[in-house]
Amino acid sequence: MKRGIRWAFVIFITPVLLWLFLLIVLPHIDLLIMSFRIEDDVGNSTWSVSNYLNFFNEPIYWLTFTRTAVYSILVTSLTFIVALPVAFFITKVVDVRYQGFLTMLLLLPFWVSELVRVYGWMILLRESGVINHFLLKTGLLRQPIEMLYNDVTMVMGLVYTSMLFMVVPLISVLDSLDDSLIEAAYDLGANMGSILVKIIIPHSMPGIVSGSIVVFMLTLGNYLTPNLMGGKNSLWFTEQIYNQFIASFNWNQGSAFGFLLLLLSSLVIWAGLKLTGQKLSKVVK
Amino acid sequence: MIRTLPNSRRYQVGFKLYMFLYFGFLFAPLLVTCVLAFNDSQFPSLPWKGFTIEWFTANLPERVGIFHDTINLYSIWVSARVAFFVTIFSVGVGTCAAFLFEQEDFRFKQGLYFLMLAPLVVPGVILGISILLFSNTLGMFFEDHWALDVGLFRPGFWLVVLGQFSFIATLVTLVVSARLKKFDRSLEEAALNLGANRFEVIWYITLKFLRPAIIGSAAVAFLMSFENFNTTLFLVGSDATLPINLYLQVRDGSTPVINAISFLLIIFTSTAALANLYFSKKER
Repeated sequence: MKRGIRWAFVIFITPVLLWLFLLIVLPHIDLLIMSFRIEDDVGNSTWSVSNYLNFFNEPIYWLTFTRTAVYSILVTSLTFIVALPVAFFITKVVDVRYQGFLTMLLLLPFWVSELVRVYGWMILLRESGVINHFLLKTGLLRQPIEMLYNDVTMVMGLVYTSMLFMVVPLISVLDSLDDSLIEAAYDLGANMGSILVKIIIPHSMPGIVSGSIVVFMLTLGNYLTPNLMGGKNSLWFTEQIYNQFIASFNWNQGSAFGFLLLLLSSLVIWAGLKLTGQKLSKVVK
Repeated sequence: MIRTLPNSRRYQVGFKLYMFLYFGFLFAPLLVTCVLAFNDSQFPSLPWKGFTIEWFTANLPERVGIFHDTINLYSIWVSARVAFFVTIFSVGVGTCAAFLFEQEDFRFKQGLYFLMLAPLVVPGVILGISILLFSNTLGMFFEDHWALDVGLFRPGFWLVVLGQFSFIATLVTLVVSARLKKFDRSLEEAALNLGANRFEVIWYITLKFLRPAIIGSAAVAFLMSFENFNTTLFLVGSDATLPINLYLQVRDGSTPVINAISFLLIIFTSTAALANLYFSKKER
């Protein structure tokens, strides 16, 4: 019987090791190596840090990088601000009968491809779009205005895209918050602000952290929404990576960019976990 | 504050209004997309020129409906095939991983578990480029050393499958693990005492128990693969998947055919999501 158990172990671990090493570990090591190599005109490649130097010397690169990071943090905070009341309403305020239905309704749009959702926003907002059509018809506008291709719209699109990943963890933590805590605070004369700050937010911390990590990571790595909704002269860092890989065919430079993006996302996630004293294995559940 | 406490009217009305606006925000783009799929116009915009289903069925020189649009139909077929293989692989490997992390003990288990979670926090674009780089390196190595030209290592169908599998498997692992945690292991012990071997136990008892989680995660895996864009973007070869193909069309100007495809996608995914929800409720 002891032998049988070891065989099962071998059968379980082989595919898992193949998966994690061939598709995760080795490709990322390769990414790191590639980012430290350059190719000369003849095609000989040598070790060099010039890919990283390029990043710091060309303002367009590090500006895009900073912009992407700052906007991702902004999107994460906005998503949280919009999602918290929604999660609170569904778990604590609305009649229990409608809870299941509303939750389902909330999740439904996110089963549809991101591309379809972004496309929907495009036909709503563009110059010949539906919103402009109504504004012109009602006489609120004389000239159609282009509402696409600016930073505000792009941020809204990113918030829309990542909403689900904030709402779901918030609903699950708020569900576990005992109503009697809020009732007790209320009976003792606490107002809404202090209930929010002293009870709801501390209790929801695990959900807030896991939601924020996922939203931040998805926003940072998003390509579709900034590309289709953002302005033509304001790039997202993933677009820089794409340009290096597909347009300029400079894979070494692209690898350096990719590695920097990976570093940034890992750093922010690590800092988020450290600041709030959470563990990754707890957070993803 | 909450439903058991007295609330002012203003609070209740204000909160309901907020939720109403939120759901409007959530559904507006989808609704508009669906409605404009039936507009009798050459462009996906208003004014409304009458109801038509020509963007699905027509086969005219100036208007080719989706049912006759060979390029888009082909990309749907590519996506379906990719999603099929990704589902099979990730459910297989994910279930193995769930057993490994829940039922086995070994050295470096913590480290391996952490590694298994990593694909969740690595941006999809990075997964895409690193797998592209690595397969290219392998391809060059095989060519230099054994003069072998392996098609698998070039961007294309199987590389897309592998790229999507690399992170969807993590998701399956988490879903199946969650269910496996609830499993009462004394059932396994009973079967072992009655003379079953470990594989019979897994096959006849544990997997039966895991079935709802496996079916549910397979559905999610299929959908995620079908809709994946970021990872696929870097690995795709000449056979574009549906999201890539749609992206190229949306970027370079659009026709209501895209609305028609979106309409079908919305109907298909919401039916699948509802069915999944229904069955997961029933199993519980």
